[in-house]
Amino acid sequence: MNNGLLQVEELRLHYRTTQGVVQAVDGITFSLAPGQALAVLGESGCGKSSLARAILRLLPRNVEVYDGCVRVNGLDVMLLDEEQFRRDVRWSKISIVMQAAMNALNPVLRVADQVIEPLLVHQDRQHDAALARVRDVFQMVGVPLDFMARYAFELSGGMRQRVVLAMALVLKPPLVLLDEPTSALDVLTQANIMNVLKRIKRDTSTSFILITHDIATSSELADQVAVMYAGQLVEISDAARFFRESLHPYSQKLMASVPRLRDDTKLEYIPGRPPSLINLPRGCRFAPRCPQRFAKCDQDPPMMHTEDSRQVRCWLYE
Amino acid sequence: MTAFLAGLRQLRQYPSAVIGMTMVLSLLVLSLVTVLTIPYSEAIRLWRGAAGVWDESPELARPTWFQLFSARKLPKTIIVDTRQGGKEIANQPDGTRVVNASLRFAFPYDELPSAVGLWLSATYKEAQPFVILTWRKPNGEEIALEERTPQQTDRYFVSRDERLRERLQARSIEEALFDAGPRGNGALLRGTYELAVEGILFEPDADLEARLVVYGKVHGIAGTDAQRRDLSVALLWGTPIALTFGLLAAVGTTIFSLSISAVGTWFGGRLDASIQRLTEVNAMLPGLTLLVMIGMFYSRSLWVMLLAIILLSMFSLGIKTYRAIFLSLKEAPYIEAARTYGAGSFRIIFRYMIPRVIPMLIPAFVTAIPGFVFLEASLSILGLGDPDIPTWGKLLFDAYANEALFKGYYYWVLEPAALLMITGMSFAMSGFALDRMFNPRLRTA
Repeated sequence: MNNGLLQVEELRLHYRTTQGVVQAVDGITFSLAPGQALAVLGESGCGKSSLARAILRLLPRNVEVYDGCVRVNGLDVMLLDEEQFRRDVRWSKISIVMQAAMNALNPVLRVADQVIEPLLVHQDRQHDAALARVRDVFQMVGVPLDFMARYAFELSGGMRQRVVLAMALVLKPPLVLLDEPTSALDVLTQANIMNVLKRIKRDTSTSFILITHDIATSSELADQVAVMYAGQLVEISDAARFFRESLHPYSQKLMASVPRLRDDTKLEYIPGRPPSLINLPRGCRFAPRCPQRFAKCDQDPPMMHTEDSRQVRCWLYE
Repeated sequence: MTAFLAGLRQLRQYPSAVIGMTMVLSLLVLSLVTVLTIPYSEAIRLWRGAAGVWDESPELARPTWFQLFSARKLPKTIIVDTRQGGKEIANQPDGTRVVNASLRFAFPYDELPSAVGLWLSATYKEAQPFVILTWRKPNGEEIALEERTPQQTDRYFVSRDERLRERLQARSIEEALFDAGPRGNGALLRGTYELAVEGILFEPDADLEARLVVYGKVHGIAGTDAQRRDLSVALLWGTPIALTFGLLAAVGTTIFSLSISAVGTWFGGRLDASIQRLTEVNAMLPGLTLLVMIGMFYSRSLWVMLLAIILLSMFSLGIKTYRAIFLSLKEAPYIEAARTYGAGSFRIIFRYMIPRVIPMLIPAFVTAIPGFVFLEASLSILGLGDPDIPTWGKLLFDAYANEALFKGYYYWVLEPAALLMITGMSFAMSGFALDRMFNPRLRTA
């Protein structure tokens, strides 16, 4: 697996709060090949966004623990200092489309000036050359070129989302993190954006990590699926098999809660609520809500590798 | 550009903005015209009052428009010169020559002039000419003034001739010269007066010229002060100085405190803490007292004061306000996004954070300008004005020092005060309108 674009090993990010330590990202291991899209699924508050931040080292001030290993093209970026990381990794190797991306635009800059910023910051390009690149990337994401001189507040939500996407793509990074890129958009716009992402993935072989709670839209793009629960990955699988029959009880319940087009099955829900990341239950973290729990669930399950090269953190697959 | 025009169009909806902007614009035009027509060096020369500059202007004369409020016709300054004619020279058989000059002028006013003075200029090699001066009233009465042997330039200030006053037994020379009665106790005589200058020249090439100045009681559009200086010089030059001073101080203060506050907020930690403590200490310091001390012990130069004011107000409590805005702005998603794509700290501060507060800043900035204009005036009133430069505050200081209000020279106080008030009002009105335009949410409040 050493030829992977991104390898994350035992990545941990804990926050310090007045109530205690929040174990938002607690020993995450996965890898991603070039040109692949990984969907990270999970409920709100399970640490999905913290995972994105941990990968890009966008840390708040109250960090308690931040360790593990993040390799980009084999290079352990955790060893770089902040300035090197900023210069060599952020945006040029890995860029991100933030959650609530519509607010990620500077309200006092025209959108073209906004999108050009990473180019000027990272590549010292001439303004004209940079502008040409901005024009390309606007076309790629489907923003009409006459929108370039507009301000963010003059654009619709979908257009703003595209501009933010353009900004993430402008340096042609091999990997783009998408943190709930469509959560605030209407369904039609969501579909549009997903189509844009699919086209970009096909045309430029950019890798994506799509962080979302929206299983339906994630299935559009994902080659692989990782399910996150309470700061841990509980299942990693290729998308096709995952959506057909997932392994982990949590994944199964999750899938059962998604409405299907040609099916009449009654939608299910998961009883209980996700555990607080401060006081995690002993043993399997999903055990208190799990319909299939048995005695062994009192012990912490390791990541099991199944015969068909899927991974699942559940004693059922021992 | 179109946005600018659109902004102007929007401003037109506010009458206060239109009035304020018009006033600001007139002040600017006035400054420009002043600077172009009276060069700085000329203004300084006039205001320092080098010898001879103000010889022909009356002392403590009211502005001409004062006439509008007075039923009596107030005298203006009258100047008669032999160089304009009225001089005859006759050769005498003994080789001397006799000069006969008649300086005539009409006096139609209802009040006495404030003073009478005579300048004689004689051309000679060794022997000084001899001059006899006679005053003729419209009623034919004659008063022998003096007999003099003038030097090259000779000033005979008739009004200050104590011996003459005693000889005439008059209360004042002007009364004696312009009243009907022989002792100067009758009514004021209107008509044509004449000063006869009769001179004897003892050399063939010698010559004699005379110039009579009958000082009035009104002068120019602004009147004069106790040193005969025309107040309009200081009023006019005070405008560009006040505007420059106010603008520079406001710009300097705003830019510096904004940058300091943004840098402190962004980097946080000890830097922020020390900036905050410095601000708090500075807020407790009495600024005016410090400025007075600087003026007393170091320098009164306007520019030193400007620098001191900027330094003192840079760490004003405004920093706290900006900090509050920046603290919330710092966490804004778009700032985080900028950090994500690798924008450096200073790029974020100057390209992302500071531009964001400018709409809030512009009205505050405009309303701050008169504050600094007033501060400069206050310093001048305290006697700490720049000794070289004429300003409105200096006029007020002079007026105060000369007890202008007590003696009834209201114009001396009212003129600079009015200009100060107009300046304050114009910027305040513009500022309030801009505030409503830039921060529409305040409109209903």
